[in-house]
Amino acid sequence: MSPAFHELHWARDIEVSEYLMPSSLEEALAMLAQRQGKARVIAGGTDVVPELRRRDYQAETLVDISRLPDMDGIAQEGGDIVMGPLVTHAQAADSDLIQKKAGALAAGCLAVGSPQIRNVATLGGNLVSGQPAADASVPLLALEAQVTIASGEGERQVPLREFFVSVGETVLDPGREILTQIRFPALGEGQGSSYQRLSKRKALTLPMLVCAVVVSADAAEGVINNAAVALGPVAPVPFRESQTEAFLAGAKASREILVQAAETATAQCTPRDSLLRGSCDYRQEMVKVLVRRGLASALRQAGCTLD
Amino acid sequence: MSTMQISFKLNGEDVAVEIAANTLLVDLLREELGLTGTKTGCREGECGACTVLVDGEPFNSCLLPAMKADGRQVTTIEGLGDDEGAVESIQQAFMDMGAAQCGFCTPGMILTAKSLLDKNPAPEEAEIRQALTGVLCRCTGYRKIVQAVQAVAQHNGGEVTS
Ligand SMILES: Cc1cc2nc3c(=O)[nH]c(=O)nc-3n(C[C@H](O)[C@H](O)[C@H](O)COP(=O)(O)OP(=O)(O)OC[C@H]3O[C@@H](n4cnc5c(N)ncnc54)[C@H](O)[C@@H]3O)c2cc1C
Ligand code: FES
Ligand code: FES
Repeated sequence: MSPAFHELHWARDIEVSEYLMPSSLEEALAMLAQRQGKARVIAGGTDVVPELRRRDYQAETLVDISRLPDMDGIAQEGGDIVMGPLVTHAQAADSDLIQKKAGALAAGCLAVGSPQIRNVATLGGNLVSGQPAADASVPLLALEAQVTIASGEGERQVPLREFFVSVGETVLDPGREILTQIRFPALGEGQGSSYQRLSKRKALTLPMLVCAVVVSADAAEGVINNAAVALGPVAPVPFRESQTEAFLAGAKASREILVQAAETATAQCTPRDSLLRGSCDYRQEMVKVLVRRGLASALRQAGCTLD
Repeated sequence: MSTMQISFKLNGEDVAVEIAANTLLVDLLREELGLTGTKTGCREGECGACTVLVDGEPFNSCLLPAMKADGRQVTTIEGLGDDEGAVESIQQAFMDMGAAQCGFCTPGMILTAKSLLDKNPAPEEAEIRQALTGVLCRCTGYRKIVQAVQAVAQHNGGEVTS
């Protein structure tokens, strides 16, 4: 075949010289530590494989964590939902617990790629890939999730608010560390959540905008106690719209308030002009629409009537 | 480059092969094992031409390191029907309906449809369309493909709604 053909990244092989399948977390961490940054974690591989093929980065060794025990569970522990990093998007979208107590996350996971992708791509991988509009990351940010990160030296807990650093970058080093748990408060009575996604097609498409909303309200009084509004991609990281959140805390739930809240949402966010995802102007307008729709839907779930 | 031994069930038969660390399942199937029914289109997870079933679920074999097949059951299009030429009902329905034109998407389509029908013998149109979203067809416009799956669903007792 012609050399030009092999320059096309899709025609290339991935370049790794060692592929390891540890069977315990300790073993996996030791393998990473031993290779001093030259190894990389792979879970589902739906980001790692194309990235290696494009030569976005290099890895001599892949440490496949997909067969580590007890890392693909979804459970409720007290008031929290606890998920293993290997939970796939298909599993999360199908889970009764996630649908009932973290609806925005179930909806986000169902929007990922295609069934083929959802069957293998994991939530841990979605977080560590650090994309600003990742479909599990944005709802998890609104749900106030925190993650556990393990390394040879021990474990640390990091709230997602402090996890994302920049496009494709988080506080976790996938050459040395492993995300071992995702935890967030289960939603209950008087709470609601929603996921809104604007895209050009219904499937297999990157979003132009996504918005996850979580609200707590006093339905009898019609008062919003607090609201979390997360957006992407409007900044280098999944973004919490603090101005809108502050505006809504303690506000009366009404259509008028939602319209005003949505107006505050564009002030802080700066989507880039993008041929694929739309212009900044267009997306700033659409941010308002998604925020308003998301709030209305989440508040209705929380038991509020909007007039 | 280190090589590794993996073993898995391929279309019902045990196989054991030596693979390189960077081997992807699609290349193992096509280049090493000669099963070229599985196609490569985009190699990026977008087109679904490389779809195979792993433990009964559709996966993009172009994104799957071959190591991940170790110990699993893999079904490719060659695994459907038998050597005497008998075909499965979904394959027959594709022929009856004219659901293939160039045929490039057909193995992925049929395997994805089979996986759906195995779990849900009489799916509705919306469920069929949703299940097939991961395989692109540039020829047929999808209508005949959906009708082929509907024909099997109907045969299995489902109602055709549209
Ligand atoms: C065709 C296609 C469509 C897609 N569509 C979408 C979409 O609609 N929405 C969306 O959000 N994403 C989409 N993606 C991106 C991708 O599928 C998701 O980000 C997915 O969740 C990644 O998970 P994974 O298990 O495959 O990660 P991997 O590729 O295995 O890993 C991703 C990154 O995380 C690291 N990593 C993985 N798990 C861990 C862990 N537990 N600890 C430490 N590091 C870890 C890896 O080293 C790597 O850096 C798509 C990808 C493809 C190929
Ligand atoms: S070749 Fe695998 S999805 Fe296109
Ligand atoms: S028949 Fe040609 S791509 Fe589907």
